[in-house]
Amino acid sequence: MVDSTATLGPGRAGEAQALRFYDSGEHHPENGTLLGFWIYLMSDSLVFACLFAVFGVLGRNYATGPSGAEIFQLPLVAVNTSLLLLSSITYGFAVIAMARKRVGGTLAWLAVTGLLGIGFVGIELHEFANLIREGNGPQRSAFLSSFFTLVGTHGLHVSFGIVWLVTLMWQVAGRGLIAANRRRLMCLSMFWHFLDVIWIGVFTFVYLMGTLP
Amino acid sequence: MSALDVNPAGHHGDEEELDHDTLHITVGGYVTGFVLSVVLTAIPFWLVMGKVFASSTVTTFVILGFAIVQIYVHMVFFLHMTSKAEGGWTWMSLIFTIVLVVIALSGSLWVMYHLKTNMTLPSPEEMRNMP
Repeated sequence: MVDSTATLGPGRAGEAQALRFYDSGEHHPENGTLLGFWIYLMSDSLVFACLFAVFGVLGRNYATGPSGAEIFQLPLVAVNTSLLLLSSITYGFAVIAMARKRVGGTLAWLAVTGLLGIGFVGIELHEFANLIREGNGPQRSAFLSSFFTLVGTHGLHVSFGIVWLVTLMWQVAGRGLIAANRRRLMCLSMFWHFLDVIWIGVFTFVYLMGTLP
Repeated sequence: MSALDVNPAGHHGDEEELDHDTLHITVGGYVTGFVLSVVLTAIPFWLVMGKVFASSTVTTFVILGFAIVQIYVHMVFFLHMTSKAEGGWTWMSLIFTIVLVVIALSGSLWVMYHLKTNMTLPSPEEMRNMP
């Protein structure tokens, strides 16, 4: 055993060297974090796909309770949608300020984005509170259970996005736009725009289609 | 430089990577995406709130179409998706996810719709009048 290894040794070393030469030319994609975060977002969209499917199946089972047409306030949803849409472009401006290495501009646009996000979550909580006060909470019907689960999960994502955003503002204010902070800002940018994409599905599939007879 | 280019000098630093990522991001791109999104959001809301089409089915398909176009707009203008980013891996994972999402959504709706229409217990009235 020991003998055979010894005999094969030099040959293997030669191969390894040839391989190392070949290896140094080929590279993995180097933005590991951004690609990894993208794959997280893709797995997150599978979570949302399941919740959308649940709503699609249960969304018309009212159990003699109210239907979407009776409880959805579309003007409020329109306001909410525009808040989220605006927050997407303000985050974009924050990324542009970051690319131009302007700490103040980045922080200002992040603050605007955060305020718009807080407005969005606030209106959503107001809507939920109204529904629950009128006895139309998640326990009322399969429609309302799936509605609260889907829209609530999205709202929870936005809330955590806001926590993340405030944390990053703290980091950028303290340490400036160092490479690590810029990487984090790009990840949050993907997260934020991704939530906007999910919201397109929510307002179309839940609110608009739920209002239709 | 694309991520898969031969780079004999070894890894380049974080600085270079991020600059490369933010190079193609412009104010114009965001504004275009935003204006398109506003239009693509306003039309479905108007279609539903103004009861433009008499048929729910027509409205459903039209607003779903608008949603798909708007998701595409967001992907391109806000998430900066290209088939080249990260050596094509973001693209691959996106396509894979879309396939899974379509299977999960259409499969659930299809199967559950048929279960409901074919397996709902008949009412007592129907039971009495059965052949």
